Amino acid sequence: MAGNESLAGENGGQARRKAVMAVLAHSATTDIAGRLGMIALPVHEDLREPENGLVMVRGRVGGDGAPFNLGEATVSRAAVRLSTGEVGFGYTLGRDSEKAKLIALCDAMVQSDEFAAAVEAEVIAPLREAMIKERSRKAAEAAATRVDFYTLVRGEG
Amino acid sequence: MYVAVKGGERAIENAHRLLAHERRGDRDIPELSLAQISEQLSLGVDRVMTEGSLYDRELAALAIKQARGDLIEAIFLVRAFRATLPRFGATEPVDTGAMQVRRRISSTFKDIPGGQVLGPTFDYTHRLLDPQLADGAAPDAPATGEASTGATPRVTDILGRDGLIEPSPPAEADVPVGDLTREPLSFPADRDLRLQNLARADEGFLLALGYSSQRGYGRNHPFAGEIRFGEVEVEFMAEDAGFAVPLGSVALTECQMVNQFKGSATQAPCFTRGYGLAFGQSERKTMSMALVDRTLRARELGEEVIAPAQDEEFVMSHSDNVQATGFVEHLKLPHYVDFQSELGLLRKLRKEFAVANEAPPMQEAAE
Repeated sequence: MAGNESLAGENGGQARRKAVMAVLAHSATTDIAGRLGMIALPVHEDLREPENGLVMVRGRVGGDGAPFNLGEATVSRAAVRLSTGEVGFGYTLGRDSEKAKLIALCDAMVQSDEFAAAVEAEVIAPLREAMIKERSRKAAEAAATRVDFYTLVRGEG
Repeated sequence: MYVAVKGGERAIENAHRLLAHERRGDRDIPELSLAQISEQLSLGVDRVMTEGSLYDRELAALAIKQARGDLIEAIFLVRAFRATLPRFGATEPVDTGAMQVRRRISSTFKDIPGGQVLGPTFDYTHRLLDPQLADGAAPDAPATGEASTGATPRVTDILGRDGLIEPSPPAEADVPVGDLTREPLSFPADRDLRLQNLARADEGFLLALGYSSQRGYGRNHPFAGEIRFGEVEVEFMAEDAGFAVPLGSVALTECQMVNQFKGSATQAPCFTRGYGLAFGQSERKTMSMALVDRTLRARELGEEVIAPAQDEEFVMSHSDNVQATGFVEHLKLPHYVDFQSELGLLRKLRKEFAVANEAPPMQEAAE
């Protein structure tokens, strides 16, 4: 899972941005907007107008072999630039361009020394917690349907 | 041959108005919302996404509503919509081994790491109509159990460790992934194109072909090695960002069929396999797909091609229900001139027949 990726190494900055994007892609637009509303936002502009399009989703033969094209999915994307120069990108499944723009804004803020801590504390951390909670709930529901085999001892003859 | 026929405009306009009225049904009954379709007719939505070849629950729900529940018409609408959007590129291949499993069963091994997880399934239901559901009774909240923290490896990966099953064909660098939405089909087709075709293929068609292979029309001898359903993360290599960005997750169903052996003088016998993958919870579809993926490998595995399910040209040319509908339903279009010429020919033949039969019997006997 992207959220559990190591943040160490030379690509630490990139891994951190990916982890933030993963949380946001899994969150509802209203939740992201609500959380962002609690902090002072930096001056920013659209680097690219939000745009809806498609990506071809690929699988692998046998799950682990050569890739093949499974089918497409709708995606929305956006890019914003802070007045201080940081450029953020937002990509998300679906056609919600507002969400793509909010993700792009968060991605830009995460790269800014001034805003990174606030975004992490006020936006990402609570959304990550909600995402993990939701996953745990689904995992617990599935776990209740796991079969516990026991062998019946058969009588003589 | 079709002829332009004028004069139908008003009739067509009024027919569409009547269609919209009939689609709405009795106006005293509350109208369906897209959220209701998406949440409560979710397997229909999954089928429309899979065969419409577009993962977007809301659009699939709209298509079902617009098509009055005709899923093939809905698939047609979704296919037409996808042509209106630009394609940004292809995702990184998804890792089904890292799926957040909602259901996962194997009919080949009882004890598998991660266990047999039944999930939300029709299996083991008694298939008796439920009058309580008709009354709108609220269901109990689902039970919860302790989730295992261990991995849920694919069953085929476990078999593969001992070399008992053939490995998946490896990815070859510099070989582009075939895409039948971009290039027309040609035969023989490679496995990537076959799987793409089967993934969008009509479920009923694949079900019948898979079934025919089980009944002896094409060797198969399958076991459901594993079926899993759940959420899989999707990443897309974004050129502007410069790295693979997470897009969120899609629900997928995967089926691994394990089939009878192949070996040679130089290679120890091992199980062969067929693969199925589809959007949403699409179990019948992926099982059928995996059966047909395996039968279509007849040529590759040196098996005699004797049955329809083994004939890739037959299967791939007839599997798409939008294409099939187009050709079957085009018969509704005006064929007045075609028919007039057939009618003329038939009249001529009947005239000749009548003349021949009026002739004296002696002449006929002499023929």
